Amino acid sequence: MVDAPSADNNAAEAFLQGGSLRHAPGPYFGSYGGRWMPESLIAALDELEETFNKAKDDPEFRAQIADLNKNYSGRPSLLTEAKRFSEHAGGVRVFLKREDLNHTGSHKINNVLGQALLAKRMGKTRVIAETGAGQHGVASATAAALLGLECVVYMGAEDCRRQALNVARMELLGATVIPVTSGSQTLKDAINDALRDWVANVHNTHYLLGTAAGAHPFPAMVRYFHEVIGEEARAQILEQVGRLPDAVCACIGGGSNAIGIFHGFLDDPSVRIYGFEAGGDGVDTGRHAATITLGKPGVLHGARSYLMQDDDGQTIESHSISAGLDYPGVGPEHSYLSDIGRVSYEPITDSEAMEAFRLLCRTEGIIPAIESSHALAGAIKVGQRLAAEDTGTAKDKIVIVNLSGRGDKDVATAAEWFDLLDKDSAESEIGKEGEQL
Amino acid sequence: MASKAQMTSKSAAAIDRARAQGRAALIAYLPAGYPSVEESIAAGIAAARNGADLIEIGIPYSDPVMDGQVIQAATTEALANGFRVSQVFDVVAGITSQTDAAVLVMTYWNPVVRMGVDEFSRRLAEAGGAGLITPDLIPDEAAEWMEASDKYGLDRVFLVAPSSTAERMQRTVDASRGFVYAVSIMGVTGARSSVSTAAKDVVAAAHAAGAERVCVGLGVSNADQVREIAAYAEGVIVGTALVKTLGDGGVDAVAALTKDLSTGLSPEEA
Ligand SMILES: Cc1ncc(COP(=O)(O)O)c(C=O)c1O
Repeated sequence: MVDAPSADNNAAEAFLQGGSLRHAPGPYFGSYGGRWMPESLIAALDELEETFNKAKDDPEFRAQIADLNKNYSGRPSLLTEAKRFSEHAGGVRVFLKREDLNHTGSHKINNVLGQALLAKRMGKTRVIAETGAGQHGVASATAAALLGLECVVYMGAEDCRRQALNVARMELLGATVIPVTSGSQTLKDAINDALRDWVANVHNTHYLLGTAAGAHPFPAMVRYFHEVIGEEARAQILEQVGRLPDAVCACIGGGSNAIGIFHGFLDDPSVRIYGFEAGGDGVDTGRHAATITLGKPGVLHGARSYLMQDDDGQTIESHSISAGLDYPGVGPEHSYLSDIGRVSYEPITDSEAMEAFRLLCRTEGIIPAIESSHALAGAIKVGQRLAAEDTGTAKDKIVIVNLSGRGDKDVATAAEWFDLLDKDSAESEIGKEGEQL
Repeated sequence: MASKAQMTSKSAAAIDRARAQGRAALIAYLPAGYPSVEESIAAGIAAARNGADLIEIGIPYSDPVMDGQVIQAATTEALANGFRVSQVFDVVAGITSQTDAAVLVMTYWNPVVRMGVDEFSRRLAEAGGAGLITPDLIPDEAAEWMEASDKYGLDRVFLVAPSSTAERMQRTVDASRGFVYAVSIMGVTGARSSVSTAAKDVVAAAHAAGAERVCVGLGVSNADQVREIAAYAEGVIVGTALVKTLGDGGVDAVAALTKDLSTGLSPEEA
């Protein structure tokens, strides 16, 4: 896990001579991406691609997005310097990109608004979505309510039980939640059932995929809707400190918040970029979701990418304390950025993430999502490495962390983890099951 | 390539034998390793001896997005019982050594990628397999498979759907060898009470694009439906109904259902 900045920069510079990394249009990112999908869905993917391509060049669509971002989501999100937290990161200056302050509490809103608008442009009246803990389900239900679309959310049966409050939230917003009982009954199976629904209802239904994965055009399209994160962050850091950061950190589930912030800095060779995967109990325990770190290339859910799989190519179940990172696949653009050495991907264990979670609460008065806590834990390591380098003093080094979401949903999990609950309390029971209030 | 392909296609030969008898071909789908490897071989042999011209052996996979609940349940059970992908070659060899049926393997793509497309193809050919049906591989992504299937003389059966545009239909028909798999409806596998009218249009479009052999699958479960499809397609594919029967009544029940389904293959019996 030793940092190799020079190799990093050489690869990036070499690539830059060939052109920009920022707007890779798909379908392929190197040998990754593509459309590993049933023929029945190809026409819908073509329609989506065409609609998206037209929309993104249409000033009216861009104005609609800009208006919703500003007046509904509350963008631009702040860039907050975390001065007391910085002391624990080798003394470098740490800045937080505050996606936690968006409406619904995470970056997810950027993507759902964009895709729901596209659904309307295609004349579709119904959206379907998959969700693990419920974050993307809640965001989808929100966008559907706002734009008057029917919304059906697929969620693993076990997750429904553990996340009863998020199920209620989606239902309050008018969505129907369908518990998924097939396969391992987790997020990947929710995606499978959503795809089965889509094949049967594609005439009136858009599949609102929640991360920068899946078949073309999803990875490039989801990135597009999240690019605003990186663009804002770049402008904000230039305005606040007058220069680019030394490093940018984000957590990786499917990779949407990460690709959104990375986008702003991919073409700046001086900026080192880090993606932090869920290391669960530890990468040598088999119980983790460190897809790029330990997976092998394969095809799942429409794209070729790194994948957690056994020797037979069967998908392996992932494990993470963070439901949003608990996915055995990863977006294809990340696989590519890893292979060419532009972005470094490293695992963060549950314990490391929870320590960073507590630290941010106590030093900054911000309760982060456990997903985002993986990025915070990574930033601590990156900050310490930067501080140990002999160029300049720690105080002159700058790290930006994408704080992808707020941790209100994670309070019961955290309380259980830190043993804050009375053993007999109802919350304690819930916390044991991983409920996120 | 086309003429050489036709000479070596086991699936085409099996369909043509049926055609020479004035009827459509019957294709029976069964999952490998369900309920056990031995019984899946026995079920395949029983189907082939009771009217199935081609046998389609499915590889149980963790994420079968094109399958409905019956087949999902069967393949999940096979995996839970420890099924390994390489056992599919035992199943194929077990059936081809006992019958004249052409035996294809139906597989989601990742298990093939994992083994290596060339290695998988070589072993399938060695086992006497006819080729592959690939529900989540479209010709656009199939460069490696096109090469391996030519090298080992295997059929490549791609799917066409009611949603396929004329351009995609042409491309898929051109890329296929053996036959073209026409998906009868927009949906996943599972028995349905009636065959959608879309099926006939898909078959007509495939024929218009030059396909000589088009077989219809998804939702076919009884002899009446077989008869309806046999009137316009070269083959009829039955899956869910056979899998359910195998689970409920074992190998003998598969033999009986196949025999019954095969009564629908000849138009004169209508
Ligand atoms: C707050 C938060 N961050 C990160 C993620 C991970 O998703 P992605 O990698 O697509 O950003 C999730 C997913 O639910 C999330 O809720």
